[in-house]
Amino acid sequence: MLSLTLREAISKLKDGSLSAAELCEKCVTRAKRVQELNFIVTENFSQSQKEAVHSARLWSEYVSGRHNEWRKFGGIPFAIKDNFCTKDIRTTCASHILNNYVPPYTATVVQKLQDAGGVIIGKTNMDEFAMGAGSTDSIFGPVRNPWNYKFAQSGREHDKINDWHIAGGSSGGSAVAVATGASFGAFGSDTGGSTRNPAAYCGVVGFKSTYGRLSRHGLIPLVNSLDVPGIFAKSVDDASLLFNAVAGHDTRDSTTVTDSMDTFTLPDDISVKHLHIGIPKEYHAPGMSPCVLEAWRRAADLFDRVGAKVSEVSLPHTQFSIICYSVLCCAEVASNMSRYDGIEYGHRAKNEDSTEELYAATRHEGFNDVVRGRILAGNFFLLKRNYDNFFLKAQKVRRLIAEDFRQVFGGGVDILLTPTTLTEAPTYSWFTEVDNRTRAEEQDVFTQPINLAGVPAITVPASLSQSGLPIGLQFIGPNFHDKEVLTVAKWFEQQTNFKRLDLSHLDKS
Amino acid sequence: MAAPMKICRFRSCAIYSRIKSKPKHSHLYKHCRHNSTQENWKGVIGLEIHAQINTKSKLFSASSTAFGAPTNTQVSIFDAALPGTLPVLNGECVRAGVKTAIALNSKINKVSKFDRKHYFYADLPQGYQITQQRQPLAVGGEVEYILIDQNNRYVTKTARITQLQLEQDSGRSLHDEEGRQSLIDLNRAGIGLMEIVTEPDFENGIDCSSFVREVQLMMRQLQVCLGSFREGALRVDANISVHKPSEPLGVRSEVKNLGSLKDLRNAVDFEIKRQKSVLKNGGTVINETRTFDSESGKTIPMRDKERLQDYRFMPEPNLPPLYLYDNSTAAQSRDQNTTNIDEEIQNMPPLPRDVRNKLINDYNLSLRNVYVLVNEDKGVTFFNEVMKYSNSPPNFIANFIVNDLLGVFNANDIKIRNSPISPDILAEIVDIKESGYSTVAYCSQLVELYLKQDITERPKTVVDNNGWRQIVDTETLKPVCVKILKENPKLVKKYFKGKEDKALSSLLMKALNETQMKGHPVLMKKIFTELLEEEKQK
Repeated sequence: MLSLTLREAISKLKDGSLSAAELCEKCVTRAKRVQELNFIVTENFSQSQKEAVHSARLWSEYVSGRHNEWRKFGGIPFAIKDNFCTKDIRTTCASHILNNYVPPYTATVVQKLQDAGGVIIGKTNMDEFAMGAGSTDSIFGPVRNPWNYKFAQSGREHDKINDWHIAGGSSGGSAVAVATGASFGAFGSDTGGSTRNPAAYCGVVGFKSTYGRLSRHGLIPLVNSLDVPGIFAKSVDDASLLFNAVAGHDTRDSTTVTDSMDTFTLPDDISVKHLHIGIPKEYHAPGMSPCVLEAWRRAADLFDRVGAKVSEVSLPHTQFSIICYSVLCCAEVASNMSRYDGIEYGHRAKNEDSTEELYAATRHEGFNDVVRGRILAGNFFLLKRNYDNFFLKAQKVRRLIAEDFRQVFGGGVDILLTPTTLTEAPTYSWFTEVDNRTRAEEQDVFTQPINLAGVPAITVPASLSQSGLPIGLQFIGPNFHDKEVLTVAKWFEQQTNFKRLDLSHLDKS
Repeated sequence: MAAPMKICRFRSCAIYSRIKSKPKHSHLYKHCRHNSTQENWKGVIGLEIHAQINTKSKLFSASSTAFGAPTNTQVSIFDAALPGTLPVLNGECVRAGVKTAIALNSKINKVSKFDRKHYFYADLPQGYQITQQRQPLAVGGEVEYILIDQNNRYVTKTARITQLQLEQDSGRSLHDEEGRQSLIDLNRAGIGLMEIVTEPDFENGIDCSSFVREVQLMMRQLQVCLGSFREGALRVDANISVHKPSEPLGVRSEVKNLGSLKDLRNAVDFEIKRQKSVLKNGGTVINETRTFDSESGKTIPMRDKERLQDYRFMPEPNLPPLYLYDNSTAAQSRDQNTTNIDEEIQNMPPLPRDVRNKLINDYNLSLRNVYVLVNEDKGVTFFNEVMKYSNSPPNFIANFIVNDLLGVFNANDIKIRNSPISPDILAEIVDIKESGYSTVAYCSQLVELYLKQDITERPKTVVDNNGWRQIVDTETLKPVCVKILKENPKLVKKYFKGKEDKALSSLLMKALNETQMKGHPVLMKKIFTELLEEEKQK
């Protein structure tokens, strides 16, 4: 049952061959079985099951013809990254500062999912405030990748397992929730690749739509001008279903585009032979593993073989992306984090001698080193004497990077094809050899320019490496061509026939 | 003419001793006087007016802006800066800003942007204020206002505007020093403010307060800011420095949060005096933020803002640029709630300056009368109403309202807008005075009477019934004058000695008292003169 895609599950619920209550039950059981992956930080099992039972009743009324209406996702379990506000469910951003924070409202995209009947089985683990590329810097501990993972029989023993692969980040928990079958889809956030990176490492689809299509209301920001709610799904069709369900203008987010968006369904019969696929030469980056290069080359050949035009293109400012990102990110982080003072909500230190001391102690205790480091750097960049030299320059570089994409797409290229990551999922021991900042800079190299440009991109599992770990490839399209990106990705998915992770053996024990 | 000062006040002056020895060398005195004005430090002040915008909801959230609600009851999730909340610009606040900018003759930016200004304070939940620093709603402009100068004359002056920006208000902190705790009220947090920044065009306290009063009247007329100083809806920061004319501007201090025109006036004058004395004693003024203590009348440094702040301005990433349209571009607007500048210009109500000019042009009223009438809430309306009923000349009516009526009203703490005396009654009183039907003194009594009692009779009837008519026939007045002369031989002697004016006015006072203030003063004066001159002939 858990091997079904979202699309398949919906059609089975609709014809009555599947029970929503049972489906949720199975997901909860699976979530418990794979608990040691540490992907859920706040469980919402019983509430989601309650709602699923209610949905099951509605479905049976629909199936028996007593009701004409049906809710698209009635009773289907989803997982939500812990930086989306969820009413009455703790939302921590994996940080001490929000450790006991329960929001009084729900993020728009989550609300839309719930309005369509979706149930939340839990809030997923992440890097603190989404700062990281491994889901290793969380107050709840690191997330583990289910691929090649040796599940222990008891909860204690897994501590003895020396090493495992990281899930990628910062939305690692959501990627794992989908990869393990514990949920039929999940939300993450994508600021520099935080959805696409873990999706690639965990062998699932990860979609970052055009900036401004999905509401950020209720998404606790990392970098407001780059953040996009990310969608994790088992298939491209599922990603499209979720995207269509939650996209559109939101009066509470002034950066969402006001034009009405036509909802769409992806065709099953797709032709790509009229398309021009661009291969950016700058993405032949040092450190790329041979298996990733091989997957990339094979994918390009695939398009070439069916008659699509495949050519090398240039995005000359790609090399400046990392440095540009780190300035813009730190500056906005410094600003966004200044609200965490322990006055209105969140952690408050005991030191109340003066307001200043209270702030200092609260923020010292509340944030980890990564967050504090970025705040410090960001405040430095924003100082009056540094603003022009750092922030303004970075904004100009950002414009050049966006211009690169515009020119390539303006020159006739329909879709860009790139790897999502340099390598397959690295091991935890290797990943933690160096600090968060170094890792984030090398991990986001293929994903981050896309956020700076605002364009839509999706990662689709392409193949398994020799060691049996998934490799993802990324498709990038022009602004507001979300449908085209999804369509090409779906065609690619049809050709690759990637075998999703099967954990059904865990259910037997 | 007062005798010129004998010695130069400036002992440092090189020719001081020479003047001292030859005090009558007035040309030297003149020289010193000239020098002394050169020595004088002159105040230079620029202002920042923060005016709460009169809208139902806040600048970026839907919470109410009503004054006086219970603590922390008008706080949305955005106002409390809950994580994940985003600002949504209130179009009404934009419209208010545009109206004000038009009134200030400013250049309105078709595209303006919002910035974050960072500082930590407990009543600033976001840790930054959303304002417009780099590309404000409007730039430039000027305001004409009326000023009472040092010689008590009413003069018009113009001050230049630097910019007008929209920004959020902060919350309120209440510090309990004994209990060592701070209480925060966020009702005010996020209310839309217009910040009007001026060029350093002011010289002293009265100059500043006259300007702010004009802007206040203007905003009231436009209905964009109705709140008062008392409610905290209007607050002024003053940047004050002193320098010698012809020298560059001095180092300035900033006095923050002045909550009344009187405080503004006193704070500025105190600060100028303070800086002058610092400089004269060889000290230097430091760039600092100060606060005004109205009880002691002094400015004092603000402890928590001693160091120069770096606000780390950054563009607000959650708000797209604010686009404004005019008739030629309105069609491009995709948003329904946008502001069309041309429409706002067309719908401008007459501004205080226009009202004053109209009164001067139409009725030739004095600048003082015009100033007072415009300054009073509903003053001009009241004047116009009285005009309808009265036959007296406009300036006579204006004088009566400004001097007689407002004198009594102010003494009784009554505002013209709730005048218990209707315009037609007042018109009759004015006419009684103008025609001499009764005397000045009884006209004042009439005003008092109508103010304090509910009288149904017309003023003329009241005058008749009380026998307050002015005595204007010589037959009645002459015997009174004769009697007074007889009783005051000393005054008569004084008259004959040449102190005619003094003697006459004393005699007149006595005669007026004799007639219970009903005698016609001019007539009686004439009678006295005739009688005394007759006596003199003898």
